Amino acid sequence: MARIVGGVATTHVPSIGKAIAEKKQNDPYWKPFFKGFDYVHYWLARTKPDVAVVFYNDHGLNFFLDKLPTFAVGAAAEYRSEDEGWGIPVSRPIPGDAALSWHLINAMVADEFDVTMCQDMLIDHAVTIPMALIWPGTAPWPVRIVPIEINTVQHPLPSLARCLKLGRSVGRAIESYPQDLRVMVVGTGGLSHQLDGTRAGFINKEFDELCLDKIVSKPEELTRYSIHDLVEESGSQGVEFLNWMAMRGAMTGQVTELNRNYHIPISNTAAATVVYDNQPQIALKAA
Amino acid sequence: MQQDIPGTTIFDGDQAQKGLALNRMCFSFNSAENRAAFVKDEDAYCRRYGLSEEQRAAVKSRSVLKMIEAGGNVYYLAKLAGIFGLNVQDIGAQQTGMTVEAFKSKLQEAARV
Repeated sequence: MARIVGGVATTHVPSIGKAIAEKKQNDPYWKPFFKGFDYVHYWLARTKPDVAVVFYNDHGLNFFLDKLPTFAVGAAAEYRSEDEGWGIPVSRPIPGDAALSWHLINAMVADEFDVTMCQDMLIDHAVTIPMALIWPGTAPWPVRIVPIEINTVQHPLPSLARCLKLGRSVGRAIESYPQDLRVMVVGTGGLSHQLDGTRAGFINKEFDELCLDKIVSKPEELTRYSIHDLVEESGSQGVEFLNWMAMRGAMTGQVTELNRNYHIPISNTAAATVVYDNQPQIALKAA
Repeated sequence: MQQDIPGTTIFDGDQAQKGLALNRMCFSFNSAENRAAFVKDEDAYCRRYGLSEEQRAAVKSRSVLKMIEAGGNVYYLAKLAGIFGLNVQDIGAQQTGMTVEAFKSKLQEAARV
């Protein structure tokens, strides 16, 4: 059976893609952010996942505002990226796992999450930048991906509670997959930031730290925040934290935080990178 | 009734309806060819996408706040701003009436809270 080995959550700011292309990882501005990935790489070398299920939001590459799903699941053999309009390098394609995608889709719809199924889906920087951070370099990708897209752009947005439940549904679906796969979950975006309006540049360290603390073992407590609260506390684009909640929900076992890196600012954003361990509940009870 | 969040426009159904033409034009800027066509003849390009007078004036003024007022969504406006060579710090500075340096300092200061 498939097993969820843990998760990685990270900011997906576009300028990170530029910094990677220009090899600025050790520049004083970038180093405090990139060093957060040393632990990610160490953890991956030990856990060796086969597949990454990636929760993210599209920013107007695959979807436009005319037909916008709340939740969409990729079901492609391969995912390509394309020009997003402002000149970050276009990623090479990333292999998919269509069989697992369809298993997740079947299980989620049976579980009353009526997702949009995407046999073709362009992935934008919200997938490609975390991938390039988690697996730097040009070696063939060591994992296949299943991208799960969440609308964080056009309101009404799904609530924190809904995204946590969606994640839980995905987690149960992964664990019911008959193939012996090691699956990691990824949540991208956030933390607090706002690009638009006279409140542009808004960052809220205190709220971010609260979210980072609560999401580990008490994610339900965060569901008391409405979307309106979330915009107020973490900024118009800080709502990307919904992707983190879905990722957290997908880890169905005993979750612990293995590493946390929080740094202000990267571009206009409070940047965070966290690694989570997920141990089966049963194993813990036995021990 | 929810309190408005100062300096923040929630991109909801009202904004989405208002901004559809403007955002559709910005969506087209994913293509380099379309960006070049806009630069070559801005008026013609805006007409092709059926921008309202308010939207056309907002684009002409290069004011991000006016574009938001006209229904623009910032993720899409960022594609337009890219054509003008502006990144998110530049548009942050423009919207808050600060210099880019002052805006960057403000971001740095958020770390010291």
